Amino acid sequence: MNLSASSRFALFVYGCLMLAFLYLPVIAISFASVSKARYLSFPIKKYAFQWYGKALVSPTVYDLFITSLKIALIVTAVSMVVGFFGALAFARYQWRFRGLFQKLILLPIFFPQTVLGLAILIWINALGWTPSWKSAVIAHLVWISPITTLIIAIRAYAFDATLEEAARDMGCSTWRVMREVTLPLLAPGVITGGLFAFLLSWGNFPLSLFTTGADSTLPEWLYAKMVSGYSPLIPTVGILSIIGSLILIAVALGARAMFRSLAKPL
Amino acid sequence: MRSVEMRNGLLCALPIVCILTAGFLMPLLVVAGFSIMPQKSFSLWRIPDFSSYWVLLQHGYYKSLLWSLFLALATVVVLFLLCYPLAFAMARVFKKFTLVITIGVVMSLFVSENIRLFGWNLTLMKGGLLEGYWRSWSGTGFDGLLYNVPVIIFGLVYVYIPFMLFPLAQSISMIPEDMRQAAADLGASNWRILWEIDLPLATPGIVVGSLLSFVLATGALAESKLLGGQVVIVMADEVETAFTYGQNWPLGSALTVVMVSIIAGLAIFGVSRIDLDRIMGCRRVS
Repeated sequence: MNLSASSRFALFVYGCLMLAFLYLPVIAISFASVSKARYLSFPIKKYAFQWYGKALVSPTVYDLFITSLKIALIVTAVSMVVGFFGALAFARYQWRFRGLFQKLILLPIFFPQTVLGLAILIWINALGWTPSWKSAVIAHLVWISPITTLIIAIRAYAFDATLEEAARDMGCSTWRVMREVTLPLLAPGVITGGLFAFLLSWGNFPLSLFTTGADSTLPEWLYAKMVSGYSPLIPTVGILSIIGSLILIAVALGARAMFRSLAKPL
Repeated sequence: MRSVEMRNGLLCALPIVCILTAGFLMPLLVVAGFSIMPQKSFSLWRIPDFSSYWVLLQHGYYKSLLWSLFLALATVVVLFLLCYPLAFAMARVFKKFTLVITIGVVMSLFVSENIRLFGWNLTLMKGGLLEGYWRSWSGTGFDGLLYNVPVIIFGLVYVYIPFMLFPLAQSISMIPEDMRQAAADLGASNWRILWEIDLPLATPGIVVGSLLSFVLATGALAESKLLGGQVVIVMADEVETAFTYGQNWPLGSALTVVMVSIIAGLAIFGVSRIDLDRIMGCRRVS
């Protein structure tokens, strides 16, 4: 692309500004979380970590944390399995209803989540069940497992089908081909998909809002507090939840680097 | 071989199809069923009378529908203007920096939407990050920037940037560089290349990005509540009120059906024009 140096520089600055724009609210929250005052007002006069201490020993926050974690872990496990098979149907096999299937997968992503949450709530009530964190798992799965499927499908498109055929010609059963050829080849996609599933479920608010019943997740509790007025615990718990996500991403990246270095000598 | 592929495809599709049937199609059917029940009924086994749709027309609910559609449309226009230069640079100009932006944008998605909107609340409110520092620096304060219509559009734009940016960048990166080069060799100006080569050939990405952000913005709720302070009542807000405080499921369902049919009409139109195999399977052409 033959652009002048000055317009290249302008675009670079634009990109940096855009990233700053995306993270400005997070910066505002992290400042607010270390303010000592009960009623926040910028510029912050005194800094203190007391609200972190309060949040960490609060039993409410602990319960919210456990509920969010439970939901996110189950959603991750299920959507990794479902997404793995879904991606094969999406990208690998040439079967008759593939086009229809691909469109069905896209529909929930193209759907306003608040409305989806409400619809699921009505459906659960119509079935005569009491909504709880378990119904939130279903709601999250409806939205997250298609996303996981798409992420794994990107990997499955680059898949060399002859490898599977070679294994089959050598006399492997379908199950063994799946376990020893297909799964290892798609594993990076499955892990990325699982990471996305966890993080999206952990941070999800619109779906949890209506489907958790008497239980409550972290984002839901934060929203309830935000609507009812300011509390110094909002920025603190918000930052804690972001730190949780960051730790997971760091662990995943570390694990990937480790696998890479282990795989190299082969 | 064909029949094996057919069987494998069906079997592999089965789990996710089950989830989507139980958690997506059935709920929508139930909502559609409730929308034709008499007012305030909580059972599906009554004689349908379609009264909700009548109530919906009489009580001015079309206003919030129009607000939602207007806000979404404005969001899409702003998003396109904001994202196109960056998407272009990501696909054509930047090298390593594209990866930095991609990771930065994706990571921001992992922070809960309402936490980020609350952050804007703290930034824009009176005594917030902007006003507070401005006051201590210049000595003169101004009113908070919250609770008006532009700030709702601002919030929507902020939340849906990734949904416009990535489809645009993807489709721009698939335009063959030879074409732009040929046009430049024949003496076309940069603007003319943009108008006659880039924009027409990037249409798939523009359609997908616009539809995705339009659909999501139409159903959005948190932006108008947290930033707009309910200066306008949007459609998703009406739906929530009807289901929760109003305890009128049929009315809420009818509102949902109207909203979903508009969205579904657009979404199906959009999805039918996308060739997924091409978009996802194709390696970047550069």
